[in-house]
Amino acid sequence: MKNTKRLWSYIKPFKLNLFLAIFSAFIGIVLSLLVPILIGQAVDCMVGVNNVDFDRLFKIGIILVCSIIISALFQWIMTYNSNKLSYKTVKMMRTEVFNKLSEVPLSYIDSTPHGDIMNSVVTDIDIISAGLLQGFTQVFSGVVTILGTLIFMFTINVYIALAVVLLTPLSFFVASFITKRAHKNYIMQAKLRGQITGYAAEMIDGADIITAFNKEDETEKRFAEINEKLKKVGTTAHFFSALTNPSTRFVNAMVYAVVAIFGAVLTVKGTITVGNLTSFLSYCTQYTKPFNEISSVFAEFQNALASAGRVFSVLDEKTETSDEKLSELKNVSGNVKFSNVDFSYNKSKRFIEDLNIDVSSGKTIAIVGPTGCGKTTLINLLMRFYELDGGEISVDGQYIDKVTRNSLRSNFGMVLQDTWLFSGSIFDNIAYGKPDASRAEVIEAAKAAHAHSFIKRLENGYETVISESGENLSQGQKQLLSIARVMLKKPPMLILDEATSSIDTRTELQIQKAFSELMKGRTTFIVAHRLSTIKNADTILVMKDGKIIERGSHEKLIQENGCYKTLYNSQFAVY
Amino acid sequence: MKKYYRLYKKQFIMGPAFKLAEAILELLVPLVMAKIIDIGIKNSDISYIVKMGLLMIALGIVGLIFAVICQYSAAVAQQGVGTELRNDLFKKINAMSKSDIDSFSVSSLVTRITNDVNQIQMGVAMFIRLMFRSPFLIVGSLIMAMSLDLKMSIIFFAAGLFVSILMYYVLSRSLPLYKIIQKTLDKVSLIVKENLSGTRVIRAFSKSKHEAERFENANEKLTEISFRVGKLNALLNPFTFAIMNVAVVVLLYFGGKNVYSGRLSQGEIIAFTSYMAQILLSIIVFANVIVTFTKAFASIQRVEEVLAVQPSITDENSIGCKPDFEAAAIEFNAVNFAFPKSDEDSLTDINIKINKGETIGIIGGTGSGKTTIINLIPRFFEVKNGEVSVFGNNVKNYKFSVLRSIIHIVPQKSNLFSGTIRDNITLGNRNADDREIEKALRISQSYEFVSKLKNGLETEIEENSKNLSGGQKQRLCIARAIVGNPEIIIFDDSSSALDFATDAALRKSLKDELYDTTVLLVSQRVNTVKNADKIFVIDDGAVVGGGTHKELFSSCEVYRDICLSQLSEKEVIQS
Repeated sequence: MKNTKRLWSYIKPFKLNLFLAIFSAFIGIVLSLLVPILIGQAVDCMVGVNNVDFDRLFKIGIILVCSIIISALFQWIMTYNSNKLSYKTVKMMRTEVFNKLSEVPLSYIDSTPHGDIMNSVVTDIDIISAGLLQGFTQVFSGVVTILGTLIFMFTINVYIALAVVLLTPLSFFVASFITKRAHKNYIMQAKLRGQITGYAAEMIDGADIITAFNKEDETEKRFAEINEKLKKVGTTAHFFSALTNPSTRFVNAMVYAVVAIFGAVLTVKGTITVGNLTSFLSYCTQYTKPFNEISSVFAEFQNALASAGRVFSVLDEKTETSDEKLSELKNVSGNVKFSNVDFSYNKSKRFIEDLNIDVSSGKTIAIVGPTGCGKTTLINLLMRFYELDGGEISVDGQYIDKVTRNSLRSNFGMVLQDTWLFSGSIFDNIAYGKPDASRAEVIEAAKAAHAHSFIKRLENGYETVISESGENLSQGQKQLLSIARVMLKKPPMLILDEATSSIDTRTELQIQKAFSELMKGRTTFIVAHRLSTIKNADTILVMKDGKIIERGSHEKLIQENGCYKTLYNSQFAVY
Repeated sequence: MKKYYRLYKKQFIMGPAFKLAEAILELLVPLVMAKIIDIGIKNSDISYIVKMGLLMIALGIVGLIFAVICQYSAAVAQQGVGTELRNDLFKKINAMSKSDIDSFSVSSLVTRITNDVNQIQMGVAMFIRLMFRSPFLIVGSLIMAMSLDLKMSIIFFAAGLFVSILMYYVLSRSLPLYKIIQKTLDKVSLIVKENLSGTRVIRAFSKSKHEAERFENANEKLTEISFRVGKLNALLNPFTFAIMNVAVVVLLYFGGKNVYSGRLSQGEIIAFTSYMAQILLSIIVFANVIVTFTKAFASIQRVEEVLAVQPSITDENSIGCKPDFEAAAIEFNAVNFAFPKSDEDSLTDINIKINKGETIGIIGGTGSGKTTIINLIPRFFEVKNGEVSVFGNNVKNYKFSVLRSIIHIVPQKSNLFSGTIRDNITLGNRNADDREIEKALRISQSYEFVSKLKNGLETEIEENSKNLSGGQKQRLCIARAIVGNPEIIIFDDSSSALDFATDAALRKSLKDELYDTTVLLVSQRVNTVKNADKIFVIDDGAVVGGGTHKELFSSCEVYRDICLSQLSEKEVIQS
């Protein structure tokens, strides 16, 4: 009920369309129901040879044509408005959900399966549009049709009308029987389809492993198993739903036959005319149809409400605290300080405790340690992707939660382990952080990142469009582009996360040179595996389990003869 | 597609046949009604009316039975064809080489095996249910009308023509738009996907507004086109309604004249109006059939593209020899290799000999051909000329199952499947006991973290292995390669996610525990290969050096460059 109310709030701005849709549905249907009566009356004008009332026939003809045209016009207005209503509502919802995604804390995006969020933005909203909005007009016109035909039938003849009403439960019974069966199996089918899609996606994606381990037969067997189950459920589901049509036709045929017999007998007795009988016959075809539609619309309505629930739960996610009133972080020289920082991903288990780091402007900090030691977390905290549980982080003496996120983040240049490029031209990707950059600036940045030479060799150069998953570029090339992206922006502080790990070894040296050029005068946090990088750092932080266990320069740490020395020597251990 | 037709021949013939029978019965109903009016009512013959009414009920019941048989055939054929297609596609994809799969892209193959097959299923069902019914009803009604009165049937042809023109107008405009809608919807999904995977970068560059605009544009376009299609489709119902009923009015007008002159009876006029409704409804249904068929044909093409692929490498013609463990483990003899569709050789004149139990390093930059070389060993790729031998036999002479159980690979990308950890690491040997598994876990440095998990080996790996870190995934992939005791293990740049302490510990335990196994370490990192028995240096598809670290450093220029880019002079000499 709550969800229904909330959906209403989306429809509200388009109240006029809704009103027009309902109003024209009403007019259109009532007029269309008038047509069989008029046709009946016309038939009554032709009694037999030399006995046709042409004047009346002509008049009825005129009225008929008018009501047909007006009815058609209103039917069109109805569809037009209900379309407009549903598309506009859907568009608004979609935009709202998407915008929400840029406001939620990163923890939400990190912890929710991306497929689920995608489904909410794309599929769920389509289901809402189909099931709810279009379903609504269907139900409305269905109800009007049923009521209208009933009224018309009763005005023509009470007895036949009663006979038709008595047969109504048959319609309902058949419809609900079928819908229930089909619905249950459709849900099963949807589940199995999801399973088979998931399995196929996983196996095709891992095809090289399947081939390498010669497991083709095993996977084919498993696939065939799920497939067989899907076949069974699918056959039942489709059979039952395919029964709807013949069953409706059957119920129709029965009602038709009863009306025919009953009506003909009454005609013989002179209670009704032949024309009345014709009207009746066409009414009873129209009368039974909406019952099926309404019951299938109810099933869709349930689906739509479930989808709406999922969409609303995304919209109800907490957003990051507003920073509109905070000041901008400007003229940064790059002194970064962590004081007594506490942090945990999972509230029950503290991950980082009482962390203190003091970095003065222009220094390079190398973070070293085994996987899962908290290196990535430091980046999350510095960029304020995640909020602290306790303590403070400051840049040039300003606490990072007292300035706007955008101004904080724009002072950092970041090259992550997973390169991210969007589908667009190489030029646009490099200019991502500086959309007004000139061509010369972009090329200069690309040159500095040693990306220019490979870009130049591409068929379309800087205008080459990067495909969906960047398949047309190698991992190394992608990384070069994300370095170029930072090169162009020249931020005062840098965050580098194993940035050079997958770049061609021979260009690596030059890239490192370019980096040290970029790093000059800039505070740099670098998560590194390469000893040469680490050794050149001003301070090395050795992390383990969220704590800094050693810190200092390379020489100092070697002298201390601790964990770092063991790590360092392990590089040279004979294996 | 013929094959699938043959499998379900019975259903493909029976379905439409029963459907036709039902349609014939349906066509009889207006005739019976005309008889009731013209004979029963005219002669006040109530027993005749009841007799004819019962005939109508009987027609309805027989029709229902026929229809149910047809729908059942449709459901069986539809699901059967779909299931067969999916199984065949899956088998075909399994037999494809990596480059075959890449040429389609994984996501496109998944769409083909799911969505496209669904579309084809819909097409099959439509074919059985409606392909013959609608045209038959149209033609049948026309013939019936013509047999009643030839002149009056002209009205039918005129109305049919108008409706057909309307259909053509709407469909020829809306069908191409559906394709655009699909494309735009893909674009919307893509933007959402990119925004989810790239949240960090987008927020770091403060580009949320820009992304919101990008989304809004796509969303706006989607709404606009959907609305355009909606507007076109909104014409269909009101117009057919109007055409049909105006035709009835015309029919009544001329009918009146004919009744007056005695050429036609009242009952026949009513039959005419029924046939008119039948024809126009059938045309509408037929238009839907055409829409479904267009979609199904596009899907058939896409599916056939996959089925038409001839797997480039099979083991059908291999003699199935046994390995000779006294011979050299791996030998390349004057091997050249070119990618299909490429004129240029990617590998030229490769000559390598590796003895059993040796640890071999293979180093070179991105794109140098390292991975290509190792892909030739388990015959993922086929040599252009020359010969690759494993344990004394040309790899072409082995059955895949034998060759690939001798060689296990740890791939670059750590790819685990959903299922338990045990399921994953026993991929190479389903019968591995706990002792063997434990040994593999210890060597791969994963024993510690696996035993810390609550469910240990039985821990379920989540979608995309989200509950494991990159390093953990990689170590499990290494364990997977060790289980099954292969003679040769190939590490394809597969310690990138390991910190160097773990990397070193791994190399040490490989050396200690698997001294009998031939190990190939492919890497860009000097530190990984430095202590190998022999290192091959690959540059631009050729072997430019082979020997120990010391030998190569003094003799091979490429190797020296690589070393100096990663290590300091002192470190190089120290080792």
